[in-house]
Amino acid sequence: MAPTTLAKAVNMGLRKAMESDPKVLVMGEDVGKLGGVFRVTDGLQKDFGEARVIDTPLAESGIVGTAIGLALRGYRPVCEIQFDGFVYPAYDQIVSQLAKMHYRSQGTTPLPVTIRIPFGGGIGAVEHHSESPEAYFAHTAGLKVVACSNPVDAYFMIRQAVVADDPVIFFEPKRRYWEKAELDESATPPPLHSATVVRPGDDLTVLAYGPMVRTALEAAAAAAAADEGRSLEVIDLRTLSPLDLVPVLESVRRTGRCVVVHEAPVFLGMGSELAARITEACFYSLEAPVLRVGGFDTPYPPSRLEEAYLPDLDRVLDAVDHAFAF
Amino acid sequence: MSVASSLGGQAGGGEVAGGLMGRAAPETSSVATSTTAGPELVQLLTPEGERVSHPDYALDLTAEDYRSLYRDLVLVRRVDVEATALQRQGELGIWAALLGQEAAQVGSGRALLPGDYAFPTYREHGVAYCKGVDPLKLLGLFRGVSHAGWDPHDHNFGLYTIVIGSQTLHATGYAMGIQKDGTEDAVIAYFGDGATSQGDVNEAFVFATVFNAPVVFFCQNNQWAISEPLERQTRIPLYQRARGFGFPGVRVDGNDVLAVLAVTRAALRNAREGNGPTFIEAFTYRMGAHTTSDDPTRYRLASDLETWKLKDPLERMKAYLVRSGMADAAFFAGVEVDADALAAHVRKGCIEMPDPDPLSIFDGVYAEPTALLAEERARFAAYLSSFADGPQADADSAAATAGGR
Ligand SMILES: Cc1ncc(C[n+]2csc(CCOP(=O)(O)OP(=O)(O)O)c2C)c(N)n1
Ligand SMILES: [Mg+2]
Repeated sequence: MAPTTLAKAVNMGLRKAMESDPKVLVMGEDVGKLGGVFRVTDGLQKDFGEARVIDTPLAESGIVGTAIGLALRGYRPVCEIQFDGFVYPAYDQIVSQLAKMHYRSQGTTPLPVTIRIPFGGGIGAVEHHSESPEAYFAHTAGLKVVACSNPVDAYFMIRQAVVADDPVIFFEPKRRYWEKAELDESATPPPLHSATVVRPGDDLTVLAYGPMVRTALEAAAAAAAADEGRSLEVIDLRTLSPLDLVPVLESVRRTGRCVVVHEAPVFLGMGSELAARITEACFYSLEAPVLRVGGFDTPYPPSRLEEAYLPDLDRVLDAVDHAFAF
Repeated sequence: MSVASSLGGQAGGGEVAGGLMGRAAPETSSVATSTTAGPELVQLLTPEGERVSHPDYALDLTAEDYRSLYRDLVLVRRVDVEATALQRQGELGIWAALLGQEAAQVGSGRALLPGDYAFPTYREHGVAYCKGVDPLKLLGLFRGVSHAGWDPHDHNFGLYTIVIGSQTLHATGYAMGIQKDGTEDAVIAYFGDGATSQGDVNEAFVFATVFNAPVVFFCQNNQWAISEPLERQTRIPLYQRARGFGFPGVRVDGNDVLAVLAVTRAALRNAREGNGPTFIEAFTYRMGAHTTSDDPTRYRLASDLETWKLKDPLERMKAYLVRSGMADAAFFAGVEVDADALAAHVRKGCIEMPDPDPLSIFDGVYAEPTALLAEERARFAAYLSSFADGPQADADSAAATAGGR
């Protein structure tokens, strides 16, 4: 077992998926010879050939639209969208076609397409390279939406996404691509659509996914070390649609307090749905309203401002303080 | 002969269109061999610096014009080299170099009249220069202090567009507006070879031709879209695509500033005269990496670079100026002095460019203010000031950030 980066873990997961099923294809811009701009598909074209690892023309609607056709023909395409901000040319194909075909065909036409999207900020990029568009997709019935936060999950979740018969939007936290963890490929992963408690605690529940899981864990460590010695439970949601609320509700009933953290704008973000559902289910256990930490109602700012824009440990702790002040 | 007479006007007529019709579907190799452009290439200055003529594209310039074109090429390259160095030194987050594409940009940029509007990608530093945008302002985006440091209306030069192809539709719409206003202006839309695959670009072609909009589609075919070679985007030479949409296309030597100037002028004139769009394929080469984040050794051969070095746009102009006696050593020395001064201006200005105020995150989102944004801004201001004022204020700010926003 060697320490593996998140980028490498996705790569290994894709490799495994391609070995397991000859119908699995990888397609996108620069995914072949270059191995993707983040090298997530590095070496795959060399080993599986140009027929299975396809450098596509520069057209996202084309990538997803043809992936739908390939899926109709029995293939399992894994599309890469190079950056979050470039998925919108494919939005129509994803929302009107990919998401709805199973329903329109009365369940006769599954579309096992996976769309990988590196998402989120924190890498000092120019505009359109740091966005968090997950809510657009989670809001669309017919799509499954997941976000991995660490190498181990990345490895297993991409494999699970590829074998799933529903279309899966697979978000990868690009600022965490280079973080490492021990990866045991023989481990048994939890189901794809399950949330996991990544740090147990008693006083407040922090919900996060993707890049913000690490931030939440850092905040929990800082809260434990501070004078108040607060014990935060951190849950990695992992799946955004469907949501796995079982561990979430169990936790909040115990702690009575909850903070949701994401990079995406707070307004109508994942936190809004979570806050509503938690409030409905745990109303009598709550000591404070569910609070949200996230992006502002602004476009993603120029990179020299992203440190201020992005939720960090201090912003999370500020919300924690506030939850305890109620 | 102007573009109007040689390319437009007559159905199926003209050299370019007629030649196309009679030709069988080209072999892929005619596209794949990216170092050879084919006989249809419009050229007025050979790679060796020999001035040649073209039946359709006359160009009457003064010695001063020739010298100033050369000067612009040198200055634009110098800015580019300086920006690349600034990125290496950590002053810019990233830089998209125009190295090798100077003639395509200066030639087309110099063809524009002040009223003509240019819609750029992210690489049009040379066009920006021709449009009077201080190069320093371009660096702001790449440094991460702004999304664009210039007001498009001040220069008739649009915002840099990173989402591939979008701006071609904006250009077309702008041209439709000019048409409605009945003015003599024209529009030019810049995009790359990769962009020609995007739906937006193809929709722009349709709108432009259906409405006969005064727009020039200027495609810099630099042979690469990051790691993908041209043949991943097309099976026919790009300029021939225009014909299918119903407007003329022309392929020009993109490393020949004179030919680019002449062809672009003719296309703009054609647009002004009500003859609709033209597609110009400027055949060139991306001499550098896609951006400073890219590593082209992973996907292309160094030998291609060597071939294209022999077609350098600056060298051929210099050779022509020397050979024709239009410029002497003193002139070239003077250009170097100007380039050094511009580079120094760019370097100093870049390093001194301050980081924006965190609260500027909230500026300019809407034309008319919203309560939500005002509230978020006030909360964030209180939150930020809690750090400046120590632990007591910290407690107050906790209340101020209710909702975590
Ligand atoms: C919609 C969209 N998809 C993907 C990208 C990522 N990307 C940036 S530049 C580029 C290649 C562009 O190639 P080309 O149009 O030939 O222009 P060049 O960079 O060569 O000037 C790609 C794929 C993007 N910016 N926008
Ligand atoms: Mg290109």
